[in-house]
Formats: sequence, C-alpha cells, structure tokens
Amino acid sequence: MRAVVTVIGKDNVGILHKVSGVCSDMGANVIEVTQSVLQDMFAMIMLVDITDMTEDFSQLADDMTKLGEKLGLSIHTMHEDIFNSMHNI
Amino acid sequence: MLNVYNILETIRMIQDECLDIRTITMGISLLDCIDTDIDRACEKVYDKIVSKAGNLVAVGQKIEKEYGIPIVNKRISVTPIAMLAAVCPNDDPVKFAKALQRAADTCGVNFIGGYSALVHKGFSPGDEALIRSIPEALDITQNICSSVNIGSTKSGINMDAVKLMGQIVKETAERTADRDCIGAAKLVVFCNAVEDNPFMAGAFHGIGEPDCEIHVGVSGPGVVRSALSKYPDASINELADIIKKTAFKITRMGQLVGARASELLNVPFGIVDLSLAPTPAIGDSVAHILEEMGLEMCGTHGTTACLAMLNDAVKKGGVMASSTVGGLSGAFIPVSEDAGMIDAAVAGVLSLEKLEAMTAVCSVGLDMIVVPGEIAPETISAIIADEAAIGMVNTKTTAVRLIPAVGKKEGETLEFGGLLGSGPVMPVREKSAAKFINRGGRIPAPMHSLKN
Repeated sequence: MRAVVTVIGKDNVGILHKVSGVCSDMGANVIEVTQSVLQDMFAMIMLVDITDMTEDFSQLADDMTKLGEKLGLSIHTMHEDIFNSMHNI
Repeated sequence: MLNVYNILETIRMIQDECLDIRTITMGISLLDCIDTDIDRACEKVYDKIVSKAGNLVAVGQKIEKEYGIPIVNKRISVTPIAMLAAVCPNDDPVKFAKALQRAADTCGVNFIGGYSALVHKGFSPGDEALIRSIPEALDITQNICSSVNIGSTKSGINMDAVKLMGQIVKETAERTADRDCIGAAKLVVFCNAVEDNPFMAGAFHGIGEPDCEIHVGVSGPGVVRSALSKYPDASINELADIIKKTAFKITRMGQLVGARASELLNVPFGIVDLSLAPTPAIGDSVAHILEEMGLEMCGTHGTTACLAMLNDAVKKGGVMASSTVGGLSGAFIPVSEDAGMIDAAVAGVLSLEKLEAMTAVCSVGLDMIVVPGEIAPETISAIIADEAAIGMVNTKTTAVRLIPAVGKKEGETLEFGGLLGSGPVMPVREKSAAKFINRGGRIPAPMHSLKN
C-alpha cells in the first residue's frame, strides 16, 4: 500500500526534512520524491510505502495537515488508489 | 503508474473545483421490523437502523481521510414506511417518523429517507394514513425525508394521489412556515421512482433490494465546467467527449469510495449514482456548465439542447467507469441549490415552463422551486400531473419538489441556508386546473407500457 504526499507553497529551509520526518516517525518508507522550485514556489510529490506503518493512515494525514498549517504550506496525503482509479483504465 | 500531472489534476479538482462525493447512503430493509403493535415495530426499526448504520459516519470520515476527498453527506434510506404502517392502519404513522429521527440522531447521519408510499396504482389504508401524516411528520422531525410515487410508465398516473399530494405539499409548507417552509423541501412527488436512489429527499430502499447495501452519489459540476472552459472554440461533439472523460474520472472515484465503504462496513455495494449535483457554492453549478457551452444565461433558448447533450455525455462517460450504475444518474437542476439557476430565475430568464422542458431531457424533475404562498393546492397538483406525464410517457423518473413560500409573493426570496440554498419565488399560471384535478381517477398507462 502506498500513499502520495503533495506539498505546495512558498519555498523554505528544511521542508523535505520535516515532511520525511513525519513519515519516519510512523514507519512510513519514502520511496520516491519529485520536487521542483519555480521562482520561490515549492512543489513536491512524495510516494510513501505505508504497508508497515505503526500508526493509522488518518493519523499520518492529520499530522501532515498540521505540519502544513505550521509551515504555511498546503500538504495533502492521499491513498494512491484514488489516482490509479481516476486516471487508469 | 502515477504521474505528476494526474496527481495535480486530482488535487485541483478537489481543492479548486468542488469535486466531492455528495453522499454515501446506506439502504436498509425494514421488512423484518413489521409488527401489528406499532410501538414494538418502532423499537425494531430503531434497533435495526442503529445496528446496521451505527458505524456509517465514522467509516465515511475514515474514507475521507484515506483518499483526501470530502464526503459531504452520510445518509440512510429505508423501506417505504407505508409498508410498515399497512399492518397497523389505525395507529398514528408519525410514531415511525419519531423512531427514524431517534435513529438519525444516534447514528449522526444527515438524513434518513423513506417516509414514503408507493401509490402509482392505488392506495392501501396504510398508504393513505402515511401520506396524510406527512405534514406533521416533517414538521416535528428535522432529518427525515419523505417521498410519494404517484405514477409509472407501467401503471399510469394515480390522479387521486396527485390531488391529495397538492394538498399535502401545501399543508407541509404551512406547518413549517416559521422555518422558511422547510418541510416542503424534504418532500418529493415521483413518477417512476427508483428503488436505489442515494439522493435526498427522494431516497427510499426498494423492496427488490437486499437487506442492507451501500450506495454512492458523486458530484462535480465545477470540474466539468472547468474542463470545458479550457476549450472555448471546440465544437459540440468535442465538448461531449470532454464531458465524457471528466464524468469517467468522477465516477471512478465514486466506485472506489463505494467499494471501500462496502468493505469497511461489511455490506454489499449497491450502486454509483453518476449525477452532477450542484450546490449553491460558487463554482459548483450545473447552470454554469450550460453557460460555458455558449448560453448567455441558463434558461434562454438552447438550454434544453445543451442540457440534453450534457446529461447524455455524463452517462456515457460514467457508465464505463462503474459496472453498477443506478439511482437517478444524470444532471440535477434544483433551482435553489444552484447559484447559476438562482441568478437565472431572479433575472426572469429561467421560467417554470423552461424548467419543465429541461426535465424531459435530464435527471429527475422540477426540483427545489419556490412558488407563491397563495398557490391553490389544485395548481400544485396540476404541476405534479404535468411533470408525471413527462416521466410516464418518456419512461424516465420525474419528480416535483415545490416549496410554496407562505406569506411571500413573486419577487421575494426564501432562504434555506446550507446545501438547500435560497430560491426566488417564481410565478405560476393563474388560470385554474381545479376541475381537471377534482375529476379523480387514473390516467391510463401509455401504449408503450404494453411491452410483453
């Protein structure tokens, strides 16, 4: 099982570190990261393996949302199934 | 294979274009709660609903978190209560409404639908008792919805029921006049009602359905409008293709959520209702899709054609995305719940007659239309009869949800708030149809009902 974490907002020091920190605290393994910085806008998409996570998925989503609020970023955590079902036949 | 464009497109749809799951609705059969002692029946109803749906809201919230998609409503539909009232016709059916309200409070759901009767060919004593109790039931409860099926393609239109429903709609509005006539907004009169509709106010759990199942109603007018806005010079058939692709994506999401809810609740998955259901929020309007296609304002000439194309394309895209499509499935046009429709009605561009024509080519019917408070019950009945005739002859579901605005006239507005929105009082014809309505009897089924 995998989740997709997207982070969009103003670039800042340590965003990747903090987001991956939340993942590691819960035993979620970061598999892939795509990120770009256009002017000062930061956009990152992180693919995370949640199979062996120690907490419930909703806890991860909540913690990410809280982190986003703290950093002034928009962070979404969604199960990969929603993307697969919407965009693949 | 995930790609960045798809991920960002999904997030944009949810964040900026109001994409959501409009409802997950659990259908529960109450046939095993039938009892000649109405109090015992009410207890059984309460117990069964709570035992099946006690977890529904929590599961809905869990899925919202998992997929990051809002599920706006968690609802329940039940067996038409007239069937339970049938074995105790001398008791007050309002007791069932109170039991349903208690169950709604315990489960924390937004609505329970099914305070209903199916009388397309005639009344049983239980049916009539239930229908006559609707104004009181909707007055004393908050989260109960009611519907009455008065006609079908197979059996024609029960004109005695049409006459009675004109009175019931008016009385329901009058009893709740102090709350913006909200009772009438929870009451739908159907022709060809469907048994697996997840949308309120017309949801009930048909007798052909299993003991318990879960339905999903999707939404997403904002997503369709936004998709069309990227192609200002496309031809109509190109627009149809864009709508199909968008509807496919929306419906796939509904299918995913329904399958997950079914798994978590351990009940069979019923259907996905692939509808475009608007809300009064900016960017969530079906009227604005029609305007994006090239109408200066919804309701002008060309509206019916645009809506026909939209409705058909939504079905074609959606049906590929789910093997269990059902319910009402199509574009909804509830006036008070759609920002574009409200504007068009206020401007006088969208009339009752145009809406009637629109209902011939889209899902359902005359929905959430505010009419003057002094409207005669026979006029309401005549509007119901017209709409039912469209449904009967075209072999489709049609419905009427009129709200007589007690004490208000054309030009004034009723404010419901929330998803129900607000509606300007729309004019109706002043000439009477009372003689026609008072004849009673039944409009025979049309020729094409004889298919066997």
